Amino acid sequence: MASTTLQEHEVAHHFDDLEQEFESQKFGMWLFMASEIMMFGALLVGGLFLLYLHPDAFAESRPHLDWRLGALNTFFLLTGGFTMARAAGFAQQREQGKVRTNLILSLLLACGFLVVKTIEYKAKFHHGLLPGHAFHGEGFTSLHAHIFFGYYFVATGLHALHVLIGMGLMIWCLKVSKRVQFTRDYYTPVEFAGMYWALVDLVWVFLFPLLYLVG
Amino acid sequence: MTAHVHDNINYLKTSKGLKSWLTTVDHKRIGLMYLASILVFFITGGLYALLFRLELWTPNKDFLSVDQYNNFFTMHGVIMVFLVVVPGIPGALGNFVLPLQIGAKDLAFPKLNLTSLYLYWLGAILAVISLLAGHADSGWTFYAPYSLSKNPAVMWMLTAAFLLGFSSILTGLNFIVTIHKMRAPGMTWFRMPLFIWALYATAIMQVFATPVLGITLILMLVENFFHIGIFDPALGGDPILMQHFFWFYSHPAVYIIVVPAFGIASELIATFSKKEIFGYKFIAFSSVAITVIGFLVWGHHMFVAGQSEVADTIFSFLTFFTAIPSAIKVFNWTTTLYKGSIELRTPMLYGLQVLFNFTIGGLTGIILAILSVDIHLHDTYFVVSHFHYVAMGTTMIAFIGGIHYWWPKMTGRMYNEVVGKFASLLVFVGFNTVFFPQLIMGSQGSPRRYYHYLPDFQIFHQISTIGIIILAVGLFTALINLLMSLRRAPDAPQNPWGARTLEWEFAETPPVLFNFKETPVVTHGPYEFAKEGA
Repeated sequence: MASTTLQEHEVAHHFDDLEQEFESQKFGMWLFMASEIMMFGALLVGGLFLLYLHPDAFAESRPHLDWRLGALNTFFLLTGGFTMARAAGFAQQREQGKVRTNLILSLLLACGFLVVKTIEYKAKFHHGLLPGHAFHGEGFTSLHAHIFFGYYFVATGLHALHVLIGMGLMIWCLKVSKRVQFTRDYYTPVEFAGMYWALVDLVWVFLFPLLYLVG
Repeated sequence: MTAHVHDNINYLKTSKGLKSWLTTVDHKRIGLMYLASILVFFITGGLYALLFRLELWTPNKDFLSVDQYNNFFTMHGVIMVFLVVVPGIPGALGNFVLPLQIGAKDLAFPKLNLTSLYLYWLGAILAVISLLAGHADSGWTFYAPYSLSKNPAVMWMLTAAFLLGFSSILTGLNFIVTIHKMRAPGMTWFRMPLFIWALYATAIMQVFATPVLGITLILMLVENFFHIGIFDPALGGDPILMQHFFWFYSHPAVYIIVVPAFGIASELIATFSKKEIFGYKFIAFSSVAITVIGFLVWGHHMFVAGQSEVADTIFSFLTFFTAIPSAIKVFNWTTTLYKGSIELRTPMLYGLQVLFNFTIGGLTGIILAILSVDIHLHDTYFVVSHFHYVAMGTTMIAFIGGIHYWWPKMTGRMYNEVVGKFASLLVFVGFNTVFFPQLIMGSQGSPRRYYHYLPDFQIFHQISTIGIIILAVGLFTALINLLMSLRRAPDAPQNPWGARTLEWEFAETPPVLFNFKETPVVTHGPYEFAKEGA
């Protein structure tokens, strides 16, 4: 459905050609992902260390998370990764319409993730399973369950923030798709949003077992 | 784009007014804005140091309260580390010089570059808010649990450091991509000036180490607000975990601070010896080696923090390894001087100071890496002196040398050479008068950060305080000398130093908006002084 009113992308002044521009931007995006991975990596190492420090708190707290909801969310995210990859593929084939369909599907899946996350957060608030001094869960023998839930909120909260940013990127791609024709040489926005979503997936794939399954 | 009309005009004149500067994406203007901001904070951080050094004139209270003293050394540390030495050379000189030296029109991501600068300014504003919000007194290392006591000034500082870290990541990312993808035809990896290699090694650390600081600061803020218990021992957390996280960034950060200075030293020493630099590849790879080893030595900050003996031994051993690439640089610079046609211009005087000061800074580092000795020296003035020989004596001296070296290119003006040399002499004498006595009193066990001290150490403190006055006079003389040159008509030739790198050989003084009138083609290495004519 490529519309005839779409413009071709213009190369920025300081690049020689499309290829140099695309390669540079993609390399930059990879470096940004590497830096994000270092950040989440440290967070995960911190989580593993807390698990080692307070195994009792983890063992006792984990059953309060519903692994089925976690698995459903894993499904939402990974399927979103698939539709984002499809969008990037269609963008290279100048299939502007299919790009949009896949972007919208990804957005819906991301919304699904956030809805489930909200349901989970609400339940934690309801049962007083909160960080630090706010913790007033009942029936815990471990003295450190507040650390588990503190970590849970920090880690999933930071991840959810990245989900929101990823959704922002998808909306940006939708806007660009109405203005500029994607081609084999220029599909940078879709490629970036897809890469970013892969990061969101990757972080979750580690957080899910650490919080819901281990311990 | 109206810019095309002005393509061939000097970058300072393409457009006018404050708005044209604040919205510019030109790496040269962004570099100059960094330079001005960093110098402002260098003066601020320096004044804090001057004040608490004056307080230390006698062992008892002179004019600062204990609280003010703690606040002043914290402000000095935070400002100097996060607002001056970490962003300093890459932000100011790297930004200006990097695209010129590799023959690019700009950095790969000009808008991102401007974003880095704005994040830097935002971080700086938060640091000022912290100043108004009370007394930050945690020291620049923010050790838990003291920093978790909900002091609003400390919390503003943590947020400021987070934003400054973000700025640093984006600068590093921009540099790596630019160096990989934007080099001019003929600019092979081994024709790159050593300053570029140094910035490259630095950028790798900025991108890979800084995010760990980011998450640490986030966790500390969350800990302050919600008392999660990750770092706070009262809640079941582990404060040593915080130290591990902190130094996983902050040790590489020491190399983020110093490696760009090595790059400048290489430029200065080769150019003013008019000689091919000795062991180009060894110097280039030693920067990369320092980067790699730099990621594996953070535990040497925790030798007395209750770390296991096995970990201590491994970290100590790895720390010795950093001596190898560092020594390679010192030896190669010295060998470059040998039989060179040495010209003692102002920038070179700073280059030679770097060689002198870094030899002391590096060797004292080896002493501190010895486990048994460190137990005695830990938390004494010896450590303070060691890292000032590196951060001030190496990094800031190289920075000032670099400013003098590239000043004609930036502004189109030459400064007064005699005043410049005189200032550099004062800086050399002043700096060593401040810090050499601290090595001695530290080795005798005088602890750092103390408001009161034993009267036996008074003479060392007094020499040190006299030194900082000499240093301050020297630095202000250098600054005024540079600023005075701006009142003159542009008089700098294209290549006043006879350098062989692109920014001097190809670019005009000052450069045009997109750096070169036509894309340069590189046909020789950066230090081939023997062969004339490119």
